[in-house]
Amino acid sequence: MNDSVNNVSATGRALGDSTIEIRAMHKWYGDFHVLRDINLDVKSGERIVVCGPSGSGKSTMIRCINRLEEHQQGDIIVDGVELTNDLKNIEAVRREVGMVFQHFNLFPHLTVLENCTLAPIWVRKQPKAEAEATAMKYLERVKIPDQALKYPGQLSGGQQQRVAIARSLCMSPKVMLFDEPTSALDPEMIKEVLDVMIELAEEGMTMICVTHEMGFAKTVADRVIFMDEGQIIEENEPQQFFNNPQSERTQLFLSQILAH
Amino acid sequence: MSNTTPTAQKYAPGQHPELPPPFKTRGVMLWLRENLFSSPTNIVLSLLAIYFLYKVVPGVLEWSFFDAAFTGSDRNECKAKAGGACWAFIAERWRLFTYGFYPAEERWRVIVAFIMLVVVTIAILWEKCPLRKPLLGFAVIFPFVAAFLLVGGNGVKMLVGLACVAVVLLLLYRGFSSALFFILAIVAALAAKIIFFGGVDVPFTSIHINGIVDLEQYQQLSLKRVSTDSFGGFMLTLVIGVTGIAFSLPIGVLLALGRQSNLPIVKYACIVFIEFIRGVPLITLLFVASTMLSYFLPPGTTFNLLVRVLIMVTLFASAYMAEVVRGGLQAVHTGQTEAADALGLKYWPSMRLIVLPQALKISIPSIVNTFIGLYKDTVLVIIIGLLDPLGIGRASLAATEWNGLTNEVYLFVAVFFFISCYAMARYSIYLENKLHTGHKR
Ligand SMILES: Nc1ncnc2c1ncn2[C@@H]1O[C@H](COP(=O)(O)OP(=O)(O)OP(=O)(O)O)[C@@H](O)[C@H]1O
Ligand SMILES: [Mg+2]
Repeated sequence: MNDSVNNVSATGRALGDSTIEIRAMHKWYGDFHVLRDINLDVKSGERIVVCGPSGSGKSTMIRCINRLEEHQQGDIIVDGVELTNDLKNIEAVRREVGMVFQHFNLFPHLTVLENCTLAPIWVRKQPKAEAEATAMKYLERVKIPDQALKYPGQLSGGQQQRVAIARSLCMSPKVMLFDEPTSALDPEMIKEVLDVMIELAEEGMTMICVTHEMGFAKTVADRVIFMDEGQIIEENEPQQFFNNPQSERTQLFLSQILAH
Repeated sequence: MSNTTPTAQKYAPGQHPELPPPFKTRGVMLWLRENLFSSPTNIVLSLLAIYFLYKVVPGVLEWSFFDAAFTGSDRNECKAKAGGACWAFIAERWRLFTYGFYPAEERWRVIVAFIMLVVVTIAILWEKCPLRKPLLGFAVIFPFVAAFLLVGGNGVKMLVGLACVAVVLLLLYRGFSSALFFILAIVAALAAKIIFFGGVDVPFTSIHINGIVDLEQYQQLSLKRVSTDSFGGFMLTLVIGVTGIAFSLPIGVLLALGRQSNLPIVKYACIVFIEFIRGVPLITLLFVASTMLSYFLPPGTTFNLLVRVLIMVTLFASAYMAEVVRGGLQAVHTGQTEAADALGLKYWPSMRLIVLPQALKISIPSIVNTFIGLYKDTVLVIIIGLLDPLGIGRASLAATEWNGLTNEVYLFVAVFFFISCYAMARYSIYLENKLHTGHKR
């Protein structure tokens, strides 16, 4: 499927080594086989968009990458560390993988600045002043430095999601996971979040992004992955994926999603 | 209102400046009309309430103030002076109500301990308190200092013991991250026992390692021993209430976390403990305190009555607290722990920094509710023979010259409890407002 030369993205950019390797991964919720034989290789610097109908297992898959969900079979190797039950490994992976959630999940009892400095101080053991300087740098990048001393509850949805992105970036992650970052937002806020994500992509961040924003997929993705019923059905560069979908299910999905 | 009708636009479109919010100019009549007489039901209810107050308040004031006797040496003298309450009784006995049978020449110790309690409480509750940091440090050792002040004994021994406990606790805390410190903590505890506290019996042998330093020779800091049997009155209420409040919250939090643990042994131990303690009346626990405690503690440990009561009241409140906190923990959205996990926070930091602050904030009303319940339950100790204010009151009523002044006694005790409990309730509301961040959604 992936016929591009190794370490060169579909869009022609040079890529690094594998950051995430998922091999023959399966997951069950009780008896329900939610992920079936997932194989995925993400190179450093690669931007991947995952789409598919609701309930197809997209969230579950990316949540396995930082062990918010446990897989039962197969291997997941992130930045050279294999995810097992070993807490040390899990912590090591989580330090390097940032995640942005659909509902932001900011800490409501902490200010925006404290949200951003908490993990650097407690996980990376940075001095407070240094953590705050870094946090302000990223808050500026997501264009809300003036909200630093407010509480999340006082911000709009789009602002909250940008804070959530900044909070993850403060840990200087090697990979960013996005789980439908814009689907809880009003249309006019979607753009401000997508702009931040596009900027991030242009700076070379490795990203896996579950989204139905096809415009975003077309502009930044190196590869689009289509999932259905817990399986990866199709995987292709965006040009091919949108103009020439191979499987019937992909065609159906695209016709539905592009209809409006 | 008139300002809702559209007026001519003063500013060009898009040019409207930011203005301060309008003043609230409201008269008394307006307030009355809006709050008391806004609808027929409201009018009826307000009138009923006013009528009720009119009937009750003057009578109460008459009895307790205007027609009350404040001096006198016995009941008849009161009666001769006024037809209402006889506060002379309380005026004569207030020391008894406050200190119980604590020896008069040692009462300054109770006062010092009380002042310390007030200072420490202010430091804990009031964020802008001057010298807050050192005072909070003092708060940690305050229970020991207070116990020493109230009970007395060898001060040097107390200080050395405190230092040893501090070292061991510190090592135990580090032991969470490295097993080496855990072992060091055990070694330090043993060493302290051998050096300062009379040595140890080696288990399973008849060998006894003798103590090295005998602290009894240092009597410079000693206070006269006061038997806990002489504790009574409001002082006893405060001792039991404050101990219960101070220890039940942390123990309750640990129990609540334990109940949610993934480790089955921890989980079921917590469940059994909580359900057992909750399922038994406090009175029963107080009665069987001695037998019960001997199950949990090494054989041969004996306790005086007060310590048993303190432990039982604390455990009882902890079980309730655990359930209150569990409710709070469940109300914290799982997204919060997921976000903390995703940022790489470990279990304890995630609990301490993210989940517990939110869970405790949600549960403030129920936590304070439990505190108030516990505080008032302290009067139950009367049943096992401790002299709480009510016990003192009943004992005092037996005196022939004051016979029959039940109303005065119970009202006096009620006012004391009401003031304490109302203060807690107000503080809880203040705290809720202070911790409120952003919009409720
Ligand atoms: N904790 C759980 N226990 C049992 N089943 C679950 C659990 N979480 C998700 N599922 C099921 O697993 C399937 C995949 O869920 P998932 O959230 O990964 O889908 P998704 O592709 O992200 O969908 P959406 O686009 O709606 O977010 C769904 O059928 C869902 O019902
Ligand atoms: Mg999802």
